[in-house]
Amino acid sequence: MKLIAKPSKENIKTYVPTGLFLVFLSFFDVFANAFFNFNLMAFLPSQLSYFLPLLLGFVGFYLIRIEFSGVHSLDILNKNINSNNFNAFLTLLTVFIIIKSIPPLLNWFVLEANFVGDSKDDCTGKGACWVFIKVWFNRFMYGLYPDGEQWRINTAFLILFAVVGISFFVKQKIKKYFILFLIFVYPFLGIELISGGNFGLKYVETAAWGGLSLTFIISAFAILFCFPIGVFLALGRRSSLPAIRYISIGFIELWRGVPLITVLFMSAVMFPMFLPDGTFIDKLIRVLIAITLFEAAYMAEVVRGGLQALPKGQYEAARSLGMGYWKMNLLIILPQALKLVIPGIANTLLALVKDTPLIFVVGLMELAGMIGLAKTNPKWLGMAMEGYVFAGLVFWIICYAMSRYSQNLEKKLSTER
Amino acid sequence: MIFKKFNIENKKARDLIPQVITVLALLSVIIYFATNAQINMGNRGISFGFGFLNQEASFDITFSMIEYDGSRSYGRAFLVGLLNTILVSAIGIFFATIAGVIVGVSRLSDNYLIAKVAEWYVEIFRNIPLILQIFFWYFAALRALPLPENGISFNDISFLTIKGWYVPKFIWTNFNIFILSVIAAFIAIYFVNSYATKQREQFGKQLPTTTISLSTLILIPLITFLFFGVSLNFEYPVLKQLSPTVYTYEGGVSIIPELIALALALSMYTATFIAENVRAGILGVSKGQKEAAASIGLNKNQILKLVVMPQALRIIIPPTTNQYLNLTKNSSLAAAIAYPDIVLVFAGTALMQTGRAIEIISITMLTYLTLSILISIFMNWYNKKMAIKEK
Repeated sequence: MKLIAKPSKENIKTYVPTGLFLVFLSFFDVFANAFFNFNLMAFLPSQLSYFLPLLLGFVGFYLIRIEFSGVHSLDILNKNINSNNFNAFLTLLTVFIIIKSIPPLLNWFVLEANFVGDSKDDCTGKGACWVFIKVWFNRFMYGLYPDGEQWRINTAFLILFAVVGISFFVKQKIKKYFILFLIFVYPFLGIELISGGNFGLKYVETAAWGGLSLTFIISAFAILFCFPIGVFLALGRRSSLPAIRYISIGFIELWRGVPLITVLFMSAVMFPMFLPDGTFIDKLIRVLIAITLFEAAYMAEVVRGGLQALPKGQYEAARSLGMGYWKMNLLIILPQALKLVIPGIANTLLALVKDTPLIFVVGLMELAGMIGLAKTNPKWLGMAMEGYVFAGLVFWIICYAMSRYSQNLEKKLSTER
Repeated sequence: MIFKKFNIENKKARDLIPQVITVLALLSVIIYFATNAQINMGNRGISFGFGFLNQEASFDITFSMIEYDGSRSYGRAFLVGLLNTILVSAIGIFFATIAGVIVGVSRLSDNYLIAKVAEWYVEIFRNIPLILQIFFWYFAALRALPLPENGISFNDISFLTIKGWYVPKFIWTNFNIFILSVIAAFIAIYFVNSYATKQREQFGKQLPTTTISLSTLILIPLITFLFFGVSLNFEYPVLKQLSPTVYTYEGGVSIIPELIALALALSMYTATFIAENVRAGILGVSKGQKEAAASIGLNKNQILKLVVMPQALRIIIPPTTNQYLNLTKNSSLAAAIAYPDIVLVFAGTALMQTGRAIEIISITMLTYLTLSILISIFMNWYNKKMAIKEK
């Protein structure tokens, strides 16, 4: 004889309310404990009161686990979080951890954090000192760029966003001029604006560039250059001419086999040895070349995947129309191949953005580098947590948006067959 | 007629021209760089060569798995850095695989909460640059740990402090006998397994190979403890006062915070990618396979072990190899938090001291290339073993 009957449709009227009550009680106990530091079960021995919510919840979930109960919401609940004992246990554990971790996080981020003030002394609370971010915000965005000239960076990015924004709404026919402008005119315009030296703009040396804007500048240029190089390398690797094929393979595998940090080291200390004595190439340009070549190798492999996935018939059809090598690739093969590998391209670009903080090894400071600088400032010691949480949040938003956009693009461009 | 041969219409000639141009262009670039390098090195009074590897390094390394001090050579320093790189990569690969499999399986859990938590884990840690995660753990999270005198104690045998994690040290007697016994156990397991396969294929008999293997692995080394004089003692870390305010732990092994931060960040970051591979692999096994397996009477464990996993692994292994390679290469970010890996020790300190940029950077890059190739070869072998064997 069983002590309690198995939960079933017969005893649903008594079991479900009891079970729900027990589950609620267990959640409430943890909630009260975490938020108000109030122990509901304090009258019990400490060991037992620690595990009691788990026990209560477990029993409660057991009682409401009624198959085919006929109550729609109960069935959905059981199916999703309460399909067996193990699942119920995992559910309870997850919910408890989430409830337990909300108050400390909330305290640190908001409730006990400091927002007002302009020095470290204003941070009296136990939580985060967002004053640090507020005071250093300009540096985090623009690096050591002179304060009075920062409108130039803003203008450059405003033009970019405006052009990109407008190009979304104009007709296909005009759209291509926008894209041509972005690829062939805008880079020079932007660099001219930021670097200065002509048209009465004060010259700002690249060593002063930094912060998040440098991340964008490097990413934008590296993306612009690594894409065509990658496509050429991919075509080279699939070429029927042995010399070109082997050179491409060697180039791709060499870059893919080494970490970016050594490539940057190479651009910083080894590359100057290869140039005639006295020639000097700007640090930023050397870094850009290094990152571009490095990412181009990865891009080449992604594009090659697309090229390999195309059926042979496409090549043969293009040939039979009398197209030459370049015409065939540009008009028939690449448009299809690139569409196939949009996720791969997006991942490579994402990796590129995530790799930009590495430029600290050559002394350039984008966001992470500026935070490293700010947290070692004697007036602002001990602010590492705030700084890196902020940087992490900024990068996360950028990367997450990019990955979401690529997923949408993939859906939009997918040709149903 | 020689002119007809180089006619543009001639297929062979047409193929030859771009190749010759490319090779010549490449060669001229290489020659240009080489001459410049030679002139530059001549101006600085250094000559190309690897003799410096035998010179005295005269710098110290904070963490080393082999004996090292300033009087050793640059070659030895290189070896220390290489071993440190391999150590952190191995730790990272180990934990990333475990975490990745758990998260990947959790994403497919029929428990909504677990699946969501796993999904957000992937979304959060994949989209934050690895270097930021390393900085976060090293400069923010691990700096919040207590000082040695009030370190977090695990049962008084291991202590977590701001200066690192102190764990007991193993003191072996007759360690080589123990290692030999482990090797012997593995050889025995290999024979047992091949015998079991033969039995299964010839007579359809199922032997409990897992139980036999596990017990062999435990029993044979245990015998060496009992009869061959192998013994294991622990040396526990003990708190010691150096001066009125300075405390430290003596004895045991200290795992430096740089290593902890690096291993944590590397494994948590790479785990997200491995999790996605695992998920894709399991989803890639068609439902019909599971149903077919169930219909011929296999139980749930057998379905997983004999039908789902072999097929899923085939999809999982190639991209996971790439992740292992990435992890190994990413371990070079160690230089950012001064973990003495090959980049910091060799391409950093040694390069600054000797000024031999070309040699040192080439050696470093070649080392990574070799590591990459070794991992690829191993995983290719494993992949081949797992691939469909058509009879």
